[in-house]
Amino acid sequence: LTLALLLGAALAVGCVVAVALPFLREPEPESDALDELDDDDRRRLALLEERDRALAALKELEFDHRTGTVSDEDYRAQVGALRRDVAAALQALARVSGEGQPARKRN
Amino acid sequence: MPELGRAALLVTLGLTTYALVAGAYAAHLGRRRLARSAQNALVASFVTTAVAAAVLLSALLRNDFSFIYVARTTSEALPTAYTISAFWGGQEGSLLLWLLVLTGFGAAAVSLNRRWARDLIVWVVPVFAAVATFFAFLVVAVASPFATQSAPADGAGMTPSLQNPYMLAHPPLLYLGYVGLTVPFAFAIGALLAGKFDERWLIATRRWTLFAWAALGIGQLLGSHWAYVEVGWGGYYAWDPVENAALMPWLAATAFLHSVMIQEKRGMLKVWNVLLVILAFSLALFGTFLTRSGVVNSIHSFTESSIGPWFLGFIALTVAASLALVFWRLPQLRSPTKLESPVSREAAFLYNNLLLLALCLAILWGVVYPLISEAVRGEAVVLGRSYYDFFLRAFGLPLLLLMGIGPLIAWRRASLRSLATTFRVPTIVAVVAGAVLLSLGAGSSMPGLVAYTFSAFVLATIALEFVRGTKARKALGATSWPTAFSSLISRNRRRYGGYVVHAAIVLFAIGVAGSSAFDSVAEAKLAKGESMRIGDYTLDYRSLEERAGPNATEIRATLGVRRGDRDLGTLQAGKNAYTIEQQVSNEVGIRSDRLTGEDLFVIAEQIDPDGSVYFRVFVKPLVNLIWLAGLVFLVGSLITLWPDRREQRRLVARASEVGLPATR
Repeated sequence: LTLALLLGAALAVGCVVAVALPFLREPEPESDALDELDDDDRRRLALLEERDRALAALKELEFDHRTGTVSDEDYRAQVGALRRDVAAALQALARVSGEGQPARKRN
Repeated sequence: MPELGRAALLVTLGLTTYALVAGAYAAHLGRRRLARSAQNALVASFVTTAVAAAVLLSALLRNDFSFIYVARTTSEALPTAYTISAFWGGQEGSLLLWLLVLTGFGAAAVSLNRRWARDLIVWVVPVFAAVATFFAFLVVAVASPFATQSAPADGAGMTPSLQNPYMLAHPPLLYLGYVGLTVPFAFAIGALLAGKFDERWLIATRRWTLFAWAALGIGQLLGSHWAYVEVGWGGYYAWDPVENAALMPWLAATAFLHSVMIQEKRGMLKVWNVLLVILAFSLALFGTFLTRSGVVNSIHSFTESSIGPWFLGFIALTVAASLALVFWRLPQLRSPTKLESPVSREAAFLYNNLLLLALCLAILWGVVYPLISEAVRGEAVVLGRSYYDFFLRAFGLPLLLLMGIGPLIAWRRASLRSLATTFRVPTIVAVVAGAVLLSLGAGSSMPGLVAYTFSAFVLATIALEFVRGTKARKALGATSWPTAFSSLISRNRRRYGGYVVHAAIVLFAIGVAGSSAFDSVAEAKLAKGESMRIGDYTLDYRSLEERAGPNATEIRATLGVRRGDRDLGTLQAGKNAYTIEQQVSNEVGIRSDRLTGEDLFVIAEQIDPDGSVYFRVFVKPLVNLIWLAGLVFLVGSLITLWPDRREQRRLVARASEVGLPATR
């Protein structure tokens, strides 16, 4: 019983230390605020996702056309719109990057 | 050392409660160190739960019957492997396993994503902690595995049907699946709470969801095989409530895995996807509730317990809070993109989702109907096999067909002329297959014939996709056909791994249709030296013997098997009488034909003192395709789960463009 209680107590102490570790490591930090994406970064992230989505869609259409899954007719009907989507996403991204601050490095 | 187990679980409860309260407070007020402290608490709770699990495992292996749990689920004579499986064989142990896997998954998911998705993780931690707190509370206060007593001379032993090698893998895999669905749930709810609706929660949970879904799928197949070889009633799926309990979250997760592709590729269905994640997790909780509460009659309900009301309360709270959260965030979740055409790949995925959901809800209604009828009319009315079979055909057959249609339709829209060209070959294959099967007599079961015809269609589309894709890769510069084939898969693992999984589902459908729609059964009471016939088979009852097994008396009837004039050897079927457990189990005899996939399945229903035996014999065509489907499913799942370096590089590049750490 004594050994079990000792082990249990040691486990509890170890856990308390693990939980307190962030405060023990930085007792008086310069800032305790969460490092979150600001509005510019969030907008840029959304546009990056839009760009990647448009590029992936174009790539998949090209491949499906090559395999014959997408016919010439359907390919011609879609490829223009998808290229415009990619161009629009890239332009919007360039605009935001031009307007905003350069991306800062987060640790 | 039950005290150490109890202390470890108490510390776990303290840690998860702290992670819940401190984590929510830190996320709400934006406190970095407190958020990190809450994350550490969640990780530490895995360590303390592992200590508790080690104490229980040690007690099981030492046959320490002063633990009530050990005495109730094992005995001295129980082989070691089954003594280990007793960990999840009873209620308290299985709840501890839930908690262990949950805290382990929570610690891993948080640690892997704490840098690049830190603004999301701060909200994910309290959600994980809330679920973990519930389970920690159960094992501390309601169903402790560390309750003790004066040790009896021997334990009560294990239910005979659980003494089977499948029990070493089937329940843990189901738990990995159930608990794994907590990860997408925690991230989805975390994203809703944080108001972060970018793709990171989907990226962070994609492989977790696939893993949970694959574990649930394989776990169910192993369970079906266990039922087939061990329970001894001649089937592999009885629409038992507890079997359904595992099927429902798998169906919901399958729907999510398809609809999430529409969100990733078109930015649509954000609300729908979050709702599917909530549904899958709630059904996983419901499944655990059904298995462990003993609220419904089931061959799997090994215990009646008091945890039912706690579970129902937690499920109700989870569903209500999650739906309220979705409602609150509805304006931000609306997608600007609309469905462009009802004839498109996203539309096919949507139809697939509706059918999966309809099947899932039909099964749910069948499971809860006895409870509702008992509450309303005072009499539990159980919906039988015909109810489930009807909905399986009504929704399952169109689903099977859609598996072939979806991959051949273009995203956004497809012209009818294009469809006619694309579907020409698979349609010809399906029509020819249907006509050949009809001429061979498969028309005796129309659903079976339709299932086979649709299966031929789907297999043709899958083969066509692989052939065309490999040709395209070769044309794009691959040096050889094998290189082109491997490059095709490695460049789009999810798409081509998905096709392999579809092939597995087709094999499964063929196996189910063959073994259920075209099977035959014969029954006879035979004395030694007598014979019986079923189909082309003749069975000669030769002898009956009794022998002592490790923990049971084994009685076996030996039958000679012939097919026409050909001698196929012998088959044994009988019963095991377990001394300690005071129970008798059927031990069936199965002869598999590896070439045709057919089984000859023999049950010794009743063995009389004079040595005569009442036999029930089945011939199940193609049933082995079901188990083969499991292997193909595993291969397809592994392909989809395998890390994709190209995608990883793209995600890292995207993250670094907004200043997030390159590592996840």
